[in-house]
Amino acid sequence: MTPSLYVMEYHLVNYRRTWRASVLSSLVLPLLTMLGFGVGVGAYVTGGVEGVGYLQWMVPGLIATTAVQGAIGESTWPVMSCFEWVKIYFAQAAAPLRVADILGGHLAFMLFRVFTSVAAFLLIAALFGALRSVWALAVLPIGLLLALAAAAPVAAYTASVSSDSYLAILLRFAVLPMSLFSGVFFPVESLPEVLRWVAYALPLWHGVDLSRAATLGLDPGPEAVWQALYLVAWGIAGWFLAHWRYRSRLVI
Amino acid sequence: MNSLIHARGLIKRFEGFTAVDGIDVDVRPGEAFGFLGPNGAGKSSTMRMIGCVSPPTDGVLRILGMDPRRDGPAIRARLGVCPQLDNLDPELTVRENLTTYARFFGIPRKVARARAAELLDFVQLSERADSRVEPLSGGMKRRLTIARALVNEPDLVLLDEPTTGLDPQARHLVWERLFRLKQQGVTLVLTTHYMDEAEQLCDRLVVMDGGRIVAEGSPRALIETHSTREVVELRFLTEDQGRYADKLAGIGDRTEVLPDRILLYVGDGDDALAEVHRRSLSPASALVRRSSLEDVFLHLTGRTLVD
Repeated sequence: MTPSLYVMEYHLVNYRRTWRASVLSSLVLPLLTMLGFGVGVGAYVTGGVEGVGYLQWMVPGLIATTAVQGAIGESTWPVMSCFEWVKIYFAQAAAPLRVADILGGHLAFMLFRVFTSVAAFLLIAALFGALRSVWALAVLPIGLLLALAAAAPVAAYTASVSSDSYLAILLRFAVLPMSLFSGVFFPVESLPEVLRWVAYALPLWHGVDLSRAATLGLDPGPEAVWQALYLVAWGIAGWFLAHWRYRSRLVI
Repeated sequence: MNSLIHARGLIKRFEGFTAVDGIDVDVRPGEAFGFLGPNGAGKSSTMRMIGCVSPPTDGVLRILGMDPRRDGPAIRARLGVCPQLDNLDPELTVRENLTTYARFFGIPRKVARARAAELLDFVQLSERADSRVEPLSGGMKRRLTIARALVNEPDLVLLDEPTTGLDPQARHLVWERLFRLKQQGVTLVLTTHYMDEAEQLCDRLVVMDGGRIVAEGSPRALIETHSTREVVELRFLTEDQGRYADKLAGIGDRTEVLPDRILLYVGDGDDALAEVHRRSLSPASALVRRSSLEDVFLHLTGRTLVD
């Protein structure tokens, strides 16, 4: 466990150079999306969705999307850099760290990054009056679960591809559709049956659904447990995949 | 067993080829030990196995008396590794590269800072301590990588081609620092394909070719065993140096015809040259020199280019 913290510490030292810009963007980005989607698009959706104003309905989805996109952002190019460009993973593997420490420390750093952006988004959303319940704080742990469910398998993917053009493909053909069809902007019930099942299979929709119940202060029902466990399952499966892929790169 | 590295019948196979094909090695404490060989000889694969980042396919390997298959982290805690390609973090400062790396060994922050300052002094980078790594020259980066390898005060330092790609000044500075380490009693294991590097630094070395060890000993002993004391280099004014080979027959132990010159491997160069002149041969140039490790190396591994 402790060796993972040493690895995380390295990533934090690295982050120290850019944290100001990154904190600024994690405040400005929600601000812009809030204005553009919530206020702008919301003005057209006059009836609201499922009996709730459009802004309030959509914000939890945007926060969940931010968590997933942040996690994927951190587990694509930065991971490739650690393998291919800076090669720091190989330097770490020569130290008394195990593959699990190297992977675990980096994932912990990714979760930290997601946590700060989710917290910033929650803050902005609260200022816009888009949160209806103190249960909104539950979005923080939900965001972490979602981040792990996304970052771990994507880190496995990044460790398996040889060039960063595969990362662009992932964003275009997996992440973008997932963001569109996971009930962020409209309820999944509006989707045709097949696409609805795609949404159910991917992690994002479960995070969106849980976050929405939290910020609206609704009872998510017993299926919330299954949704959370489903995200945990993505995280665990992703961890094992990533560990296997990292190992095949670092121990040869 | 007093060896820091003990290998018997060590084998590393990758899909389709054998990189290391059954080598026996013993490295004793305080020794500077070299792996010499052309590209693809298996040097780096051997170093990676010793560095416990590459499990042996077969054979016995003990590092510091431990088994890399089982005790990888415990062994690596006592190794210093300077890889062939620098893997420093170019965005961090020189100092941060050392302190963050020290943390991987569980060294407390305060100790890490003190040790970083000491090591930067040792590799003459104190003045650049707080500048980023990216703009540093190749020689400075290599010195920093060496400093990083020493941050845990290792019992054994592994250097994979420590001066490849450096300019002469930078090479000599690195050699000088490595020599100081050796004098302090640090055990060094290095790979190189520079003969002067091997002669300068290594107490003992093995020559590898095609995954096997083809010769072993001190630089001097290798020269004595595998070459003659002196070499005469003759250059004739002709397209075909080979025409003269017959006329030189019987002089020295061995004759080697190259496209641009003929080498005579002899005990006494001046006697041999006198004999050449006595046979009324008049080479355009003639050079008598002492045999070097390079002669041994080329004799053992051949002159064919391996890429």
